[in-house]
Amino acid sequence: MEKPTLTSTLKALLYLAPALAVLITFTVYPILQSLLLSFYADYDYFRDIVYRYGLDNYRFLLQDPDFHLALRNTAIFVLGVVPASIALSLAVAFLLNSRIRLRAFFRTVYFIPTVTSIVAVAIVWRWIFHSDYGLMNYVLSLFGISPIHWLTDPKWALPSLILFSIWKSLGYNIVLFLAGLASIPETYHQAARIDQASAWSRFWHITFPLLSPTTFFVSIVSIIGAFKVFDEVYALFGGSPGPLKSALTLVYYIYLKFYREQDYAVASAAAYVLFLITFVFTLIQLYIGKKRVHY
Amino acid sequence: MIRDALSKGTIYGLLFVGGGLMLLPFFWMLSTSLKTPNEVMLMPPRWFPAHAEWQNYVKAFQMAPFGRYLVNSVIVTVLSTLGELITTLLAAYAFSRLAFWGRDVLFSLLLGTMMVPGEVLLVPNYVTLSKLGWIDRYEALILPWTASVFAIFLLRQHFLSVPKELSYAARVDGAGDFRFLREVMVPITRPALVTIVLLKTIGSWNAFLWPLIVTNSREMRTLPVGLTAFTTEAGTAYELLMAAAAFVILPMIILFLMLQRHIVEGLSRAGIKG
Repeated sequence: MEKPTLTSTLKALLYLAPALAVLITFTVYPILQSLLLSFYADYDYFRDIVYRYGLDNYRFLLQDPDFHLALRNTAIFVLGVVPASIALSLAVAFLLNSRIRLRAFFRTVYFIPTVTSIVAVAIVWRWIFHSDYGLMNYVLSLFGISPIHWLTDPKWALPSLILFSIWKSLGYNIVLFLAGLASIPETYHQAARIDQASAWSRFWHITFPLLSPTTFFVSIVSIIGAFKVFDEVYALFGGSPGPLKSALTLVYYIYLKFYREQDYAVASAAAYVLFLITFVFTLIQLYIGKKRVHY
Repeated sequence: MIRDALSKGTIYGLLFVGGGLMLLPFFWMLSTSLKTPNEVMLMPPRWFPAHAEWQNYVKAFQMAPFGRYLVNSVIVTVLSTLGELITTLLAAYAFSRLAFWGRDVLFSLLLGTMMVPGEVLLVPNYVTLSKLGWIDRYEALILPWTASVFAIFLLRQHFLSVPKELSYAARVDGAGDFRFLREVMVPITRPALVTIVLLKTIGSWNAFLWPLIVTNSREMRTLPVGLTAFTTEAGTAYELLMAAAAFVILPMIILFLMLQRHIVEGLSRAGIKG
């Protein structure tokens, strides 16, 4: 490309202006502003005056039992959803990859939940989880299991949320795994077959290692996504964080502080804690991912 | 590979059972939406309604302003998609074809913002929009979503793969940058553009947290926000609730079934967040 000049720079700015206007106002500025806001210790919000900056909001989070609960629930949610979703989607991707007919049909079927509104399907699941007339308890009753109060028993709130989220997340992961499987050259398998390696050992010694960059990528993306769970909780528990806050997640906590309690400074601090957590996983992806997982 | 370990029948069996479980909630939604109130509460449940109560859809539509929600959702989806398309085309062109000072720094900076979760932006954006007096208006629902770093990044990759010689040839023929963008780049990268538009349309239609926060009045709600409000309004009328959920869900399923190739291929190529 040619060397930039004043004229070419001005011209480029003209092309960039619409995108930059939006991104600076609604992405770059808020990132900085909410960092600042998280350090507001003593302030008059309506007159826009800050008397003192400090770590008070973060200190508050450290002591707030609700915040601890939110962190704990979110961690349980991530651990409940991500491994199960990856194992299941990997299994389905393998089955789909076996050169069967109807492959495209099945891929479509499994992907459908991914394109639908989380809120809308959560409301459908709310009906499925209904303790008296729900499909779930009916099916369980066929096996002699007595009705479970899925959404109203604090013990079962998180498991319900996890079950629903696994169902919702499968399609996207399957598509990524299929793309990963398609990129493994067929020659490896042919060579192994000539050496009479069993199907099982071909899976463990060829497919699984060669698929590891995809698995790693899917894991990180799923973990980061799961840490941000909100819509699912809101819709499944009818605009509440579950019975006795049993499904209070990190983003739900941010939402409550910001929107219900108008405590903008604490909400910003909590949002930055979320950022910190997801940032750690982004770094893992950027550094370890590049070094370790390639063969 | 797996064909040697499992018989063909087993593979089909597993896929059918799994697929059935994936679709069961949708079937149950449609089936419930066509039942009478008494049928809904039957135990053991009836898989199909004795006869289809299409009236439920009309009733749900009358009980809450779903017509208005639908109009809002369409307006917000169309305008934010259009806006993103325009800003993305121009910015991706600048980043891939124009020489300017600070280009690489600016690009890295924008890429860096992709690491920040959207939840961090909520409070300041709400404050900005309140100051502008735009809360509970289309501006608040649309404007913040009319540019996306991810889309710019994706399209820039595609623009870079278009041979440079085409730009030179166009310049020799006297075509300016804008004309070149419109008449050469856009047609060549059409599949990528279709993917960007589709992903945005799905994302915008399904968006929930932001519309929930910036709308106060009933008249400004989008479909997902209106639907969650309807869960309290409908009470135990699950047949109406399921009919309403179907309004929100079916348009995206239909869109997906018609254009799935672009969506699935785009996602597997881009890989990164949806």
